Amino acid sequence: MRIGVFICQCGTNIAGTVDTRAVAKKAMEFPDVVFAVDYMYTCSEPGQKEIQDAISSHRLQGVVVAACSPRMHEPTFRRAVKKAGINPYMFEQANIREHCSWIGTDREANTRKAIDMVRMSVEKLRRNQALFSTQVAVNKRVLVIGGGVAGIQAALDCSDGGLEVVMVEREPSIGGKMAKLDKTFPTIDCSSCILGPKMVDVAQKENIRLYAYSEVEAISGYIGNFKVDIRKKATYVDWNACTGCGECTQKCPSKKAFDHFNEGLGATTAINIPFPQAIPKKARIDSDYCRYLTGGKCRVCEKICPVKAIRFDMKDEIVTEEVGAIIVASGYDLFDARVYGEYGGGRYPDVISAMQYERILSASGPYGGHIRRPSDGREPKEIVFISCVGSRDISVDRPYCSGICCMYIAKQAIMTRDHIPDSNCYVSYMDIRAPGKGYDEFIRRAQEEYGVKYIRGRVGRIYPRGDRLVVQGADTLLGVQVEIEADLVVLATGVECSAGARPLAEKLRISYDQHGFYMESHPKLRPVETNTAGVFLAGVCQGPKDIPASVGQGSAAASKVQALFSRDTIETDPQVAHVNENMCIGCGKCEQVCPFGAIRMKTLRDGSRKSEVLETVCQGCGLCNATCPNKAIQLRHSTDDQILAEINTLFD
Amino acid sequence: MLKRVAYYPGCSCEGMAIEYDQSVRALCYVLGIELVGIPDWNCCGSTPSHSYDPLLGAALAGRNLAIARSQGLDVVMTPCPSCLKALKTANQVFRERPSEFLDVLGMPFSGDVRAISVLQLLYEEIGPNLIQKAVKFPFKNKKIVPYYGCLLTRPPAFAQFDDPENPVSMDRLIEAAGAAVPDFPHKTECCGAALGITQRDVVMRLTGRILDMARAVGADALAVACPLCQQNLDLRQDQVNRALKENFNLPVLYITQIIGCALGIDRKTLGIEKLAVKTDALFQSA
Repeated sequence: MRIGVFICQCGTNIAGTVDTRAVAKKAMEFPDVVFAVDYMYTCSEPGQKEIQDAISSHRLQGVVVAACSPRMHEPTFRRAVKKAGINPYMFEQANIREHCSWIGTDREANTRKAIDMVRMSVEKLRRNQALFSTQVAVNKRVLVIGGGVAGIQAALDCSDGGLEVVMVEREPSIGGKMAKLDKTFPTIDCSSCILGPKMVDVAQKENIRLYAYSEVEAISGYIGNFKVDIRKKATYVDWNACTGCGECTQKCPSKKAFDHFNEGLGATTAINIPFPQAIPKKARIDSDYCRYLTGGKCRVCEKICPVKAIRFDMKDEIVTEEVGAIIVASGYDLFDARVYGEYGGGRYPDVISAMQYERILSASGPYGGHIRRPSDGREPKEIVFISCVGSRDISVDRPYCSGICCMYIAKQAIMTRDHIPDSNCYVSYMDIRAPGKGYDEFIRRAQEEYGVKYIRGRVGRIYPRGDRLVVQGADTLLGVQVEIEADLVVLATGVECSAGARPLAEKLRISYDQHGFYMESHPKLRPVETNTAGVFLAGVCQGPKDIPASVGQGSAAASKVQALFSRDTIETDPQVAHVNENMCIGCGKCEQVCPFGAIRMKTLRDGSRKSEVLETVCQGCGLCNATCPNKAIQLRHSTDDQILAEINTLFD
Repeated sequence: MLKRVAYYPGCSCEGMAIEYDQSVRALCYVLGIELVGIPDWNCCGSTPSHSYDPLLGAALAGRNLAIARSQGLDVVMTPCPSCLKALKTANQVFRERPSEFLDVLGMPFSGDVRAISVLQLLYEEIGPNLIQKAVKFPFKNKKIVPYYGCLLTRPPAFAQFDDPENPVSMDRLIEAAGAAVPDFPHKTECCGAALGITQRDVVMRLTGRILDMARAVGADALAVACPLCQQNLDLRQDQVNRALKENFNLPVLYITQIIGCALGIDRKTLGIEKLAVKTDALFQSA
């Protein structure tokens, strides 16, 4: 084999701590290497051209590039060598940047290590074989997980592009957190007025199939051909029959059911429609509160229902959908304010979360849009907002900024001053973070036009005095202690990952960070892709963000899906497991360890059992390769021979 | 359940808080817990030593743990939260800087002697249920509020006991003694601590606030587990009354005295008469 070696300087990223010229010179001594050179930016256009020129002038049959991580530029270089007529799998990339030059400052040691890494790549390349992709058909349907504003935007964009969409929403209605909001910053748009029509569109589009009150149970398959099991949770109401007339909710005698939509302020009936604009507008029975389901007596709704839609014997049902791509828009949870014992959230009824206050402000909320205290229904005059409750606090393992609280506090304070002009609003804050379009101006309006009093510093304690709350804290600008006697305290609870985020990630085989937010493929350049092909991200499941950013990501994810579906077939990755039937003893261990169900056993005409790889399902993880007692199953491009050659050369 | 612990009284319990010492000993005797003295015990080092040199402070406290270990004991109980902090710090410094620590200490140290407070002993080792069963003279129709102070539950990772902001261990023990426990928002607010010596007005204000809240929630008495808290709330109550033009008259008892009374231990044995604010009303049946 004739091998060419290209050492990238990556400006000073590599050349700063690695003598690239020495590496290239040394590489010429390795077996089969006929050409070696270092270059400033191998990934640049002239850099790629240098590789292509060398391939033709030196009649190269294989190429090693020692540069950055293959995660970054392996596709780039594979394309470059392919253009010059070499099979793209006759290429190896040694990562002498992340694995070498960026780690140590000892130039001599780094250079030695870089030489070793190039030597390993050359040894592997000498055993490479040309590999060829096959084409598989793409199922041009897309699954959207989550029906908040990000998922809705993604679904509608895909639908507009003519794609069939399957949407799965955990709650009985789509709309997510945004549906609960009264107004949105910084325009004070009515939230349900701008979201409502989009929700209706989801219901009315013929190419969107909505599974509300459903969850993703299992996912198998691969890009272009996923199979998704969806659990339709029992609603005890036949939604095909239910017209959403609401008669049942009028007559239901169990009136103390927890009102999830109103964040536990007030109560609802056991059979309920979560809110007037719910999509789908269908009734559901909360089995924890239904008198018949808990006590065996009642069935009032069954008698009252004009279309006979009540089904007390309903069970969860699993349905299977096949799709070619998945957009994850599974949203977030809000921090549990009870963690801060000093604020008394959960103990004092007039210490509430910002989402509860949002429901109080809303005309469709528990108090009809009149601001009242949960404890005694009195109109509050002194209201304190406390920011960063569960944000930027390492003591509660939330070191990150939730990004939205400064803005929604300003909005809520403005709305409060608007509703109750003789009220006083105080905001206790650490810093004000308002980097969006028109955001800082909005904060200034709260301060200057609406007279909201901003106090920089933390609150240390809240305690009741009579029927009011004493808020004790510091003003760190004036350097004094502050005590405010408040009627109502609103805690700006921060954003945290959804309780179900981690299990869902494991079903999707995507990764998440230490706080449970899903990892994008590249933080700058691939913000809505995941490292699992065919799975895309939108909204807060990827990290805290506001509505405009969530909507933007929803559209971005949809456009990625449309680009994927613009082709009828996709190329499979040929780096999959392969069985040498002559050596296979049919023990079936590979079938047991395969996490993707990509191996099955077959019986040959002579009656012997052999294992078989479903190449389109195989993800190339290599577990079977490591398990096989006879080394009959080999992962192409990472065979035992190739890996051992890399290791052995280190000890030669 | 622990039956035998090393007992480290600390300096307060030999002087200002002698009634704390008396009531701890009497209560443990009745509950069947043997308190083993630490021979030749020395000062825990308190604030001056660790302010001057953390290693010195740790070694001073650590010597007491080392002696307890040599007596074959693996738990040291102390009534004083400040001593408790010093003893626990010794173990922590030993883990972080073992060679320097051993160098200063100059005697064998294993780091496996656990330091606990008397409150921890009562709540975690004996438990409110057992105490409730032993109660003979419950505080009927009396309201007693617990005051925990700053050190018993904080910092949380260090104290590893109860909730740092809303502790409930003493609440449960008072309930076991038969008294009602109103919600007391100031149960961990600062009493002013040692500022009574240098800036007395601060203590007047802070202690006054705690007494004010106790009165507002209708308390007949306060329960404490710290000699310094007790001193500020009880001994200085008269000063507070003069400084704030108030007329507080709230008895401040150690939790061990309250449980001791409920168990039927003689009040004199518990040192009740040593308290500054008279307790007569608390013991009159309503």
